Amino acid sequence: MKSAAALLKQKFAPLPSCDLKGRPFVNKPSLRKKLAEYKRHPFSLVMMVLVMLSALVTAAIVLWIVIHVIMQGAPNLKASLFELEYDSENLSLMPAFFNTLIIAGMSLLIAVPVGVAAAIFLTEYTSSANKFVAVVRMAAETLAGIPSIVYGIFGMILFVEMLFKGFSLIAGILTMAIMILPLVMRTTEEALRAVPDSFREGSFALGAGKLRTVFRVVLPSAMPGIIAGVILALGRVVGETAALIYTSGTVKAVPDSLFGSGETLAIHMYTLSSEGLHVDEAWATAIVLILLVLVINGAAEFISNKFRKRY
Amino acid sequence: MIRPELRQNVYIRGDAEPPKFRVRDLDLFYGTFQALKSVDMDIEKNEITALIGPSGCGKSTFLKTLDRMNDIIPGCRVSGRVELDGADIYAGGMDVNLLRKRVGMVFQKPNPFPASVYDNIAYGPKTHGVRKKSELDDIVESSLRRAAIWDELKDRLKKSALGLSGGQQQRLCIARALAVKPDVLLMDEPTSALDPISTGKIEELAQELKKDYTIVIVTHNMQQAARISDKTGFFLLGELIEFGGTDEVFDSPRDKRTEDYITGRFG
Ligand SMILES: Nc1ncnc2c1ncn2[C@@H]1O[C@H](COP(=O)(O)OP(=O)(O)O)[C@@H](O)[C@H]1O
Ligand SMILES: [Mg+2]
Repeated sequence: MKSAAALLKQKFAPLPSCDLKGRPFVNKPSLRKKLAEYKRHPFSLVMMVLVMLSALVTAAIVLWIVIHVIMQGAPNLKASLFELEYDSENLSLMPAFFNTLIIAGMSLLIAVPVGVAAAIFLTEYTSSANKFVAVVRMAAETLAGIPSIVYGIFGMILFVEMLFKGFSLIAGILTMAIMILPLVMRTTEEALRAVPDSFREGSFALGAGKLRTVFRVVLPSAMPGIIAGVILALGRVVGETAALIYTSGTVKAVPDSLFGSGETLAIHMYTLSSEGLHVDEAWATAIVLILLVLVINGAAEFISNKFRKRY
Repeated sequence: MIRPELRQNVYIRGDAEPPKFRVRDLDLFYGTFQALKSVDMDIEKNEITALIGPSGCGKSTFLKTLDRMNDIIPGCRVSGRVELDGADIYAGGMDVNLLRKRVGMVFQKPNPFPASVYDNIAYGPKTHGVRKKSELDDIVESSLRRAAIWDELKDRLKKSALGLSGGQQQRLCIARALAVKPDVLLMDEPTSALDPISTGKIEELAQELKKDYTIVIVTHNMQQAARISDKTGFFLLGELIEFGGTDEVFDSPRDKRTEDYITGRFG
């Protein structure tokens, strides 16, 4: 058994710059050599610089935002922020944190099975020339692009005013589920369509039925793509404010039941900073929100890799 | 409704004991395009039947009518009769999944599932109700042995099948087809994507397997048909132009078009 340190060292050991006979590798040109080659193709050089710059700018902006949030938020990360109950003294983010988990988890629990099942129906059980499928697909595409506030108003009218008579987690959950449903469906559909037909044929040729082929061959192959879609959906719920303010409300507590009102982290940040009094705490909350998103993405990546390795 | 000029060149034997497959007056349409035109053929047990002909003449289409893989193509309609051991496979009560268990298929491009070698082989038996681990282990080993690839793969059963070479993948697919214990093995140009050495191995394997199975192989390669098959059928534009013993078809073709094709004058 090698120690972890030895393994790491082996993994990150610098590659030799020359072969065993001491000759330099000829297929790894230096930057100067590369530039000399580009001299004959000035347009290629310009494009290369442009794409490199774009990548750099993107990375820089993300880094800048994260560093800014940390610089502003870290000094304000006090223990009192993490007390279980919120009051106007501690400005605790914990109720909002739990509400976020509840709303995100439950809305996914509704939207993912329905969205994946709908995508399975559209890709595996209907022919691509089908008019109905084309209409559903166009509808889903349109719905996925509608601003979230529209879902918020819809949720307010249907769930808050007509069904549950008041702001509640369940109204927020259902609204979020409806909002991410088209997204989950579209991304799953893409993932299923990317599975080669030869896998399906191989399964049918062995005497497997439709159901077995879909669940044992097609779905596992599409899993990394489906998980990527679920992460996108999760990101939209965790970052949502407008639609949730109108449905689950802004109460700073975890309600006794799903029928009570409670705010999420994003809304908590919004209310803290919009009053102008607690901007420092809003920054600290932002750190927690970013961490939450990072952890979720990491977990999803891990699961996705598990699948990729297995298949 | 049998056109005499076609029947002339098609070997059909007496009805004493039914052949493995008996195909009669088979037509197949993709939409309005007729891809098979009144095909008659008897496919014998424990023989290798080769199907040759230029691209697009309907070889794959014909092969797929034997295990009803055409069912999944929208707009594909079949008329006529295909009997397996005397029973019409297009009859109402036929269980397509059981038919495909009896009639295995190997495709032109190796198509292992993106799973481990073991799971690839075990998928079929599990489909048909084998659950016990020890039984599955036995099937995996015996199938890989039958496909002459056990020695190469026995140490990497848990590794992904996608990491194998093309030739290994194709033999894995043969093993996968054998794992459900079929009577018939249909192979659609199984070596067209492979190098000469892998091709040789698969030809050898086919020779070995015909002792226990009925084999129908589509091939683009006339030498291959001549080397390994007992019977050869020549398709042209959806018609079975000539069908008979491989030696006769190659040495003394009865139809001018067969002769032209075999001598490389067209196609
Ligand atoms: N799914 C399909 N839909 C419509 N036409 C098809 C389909 N598959 C094959 N064909 C047509 O049927 C004819 C026979 O094809 P195929 O059986 O694949 O030929 P071969 O295997 O001999 O090359 C070709 O003209 C081909 O274009
Ligand atoms: Mg073909």
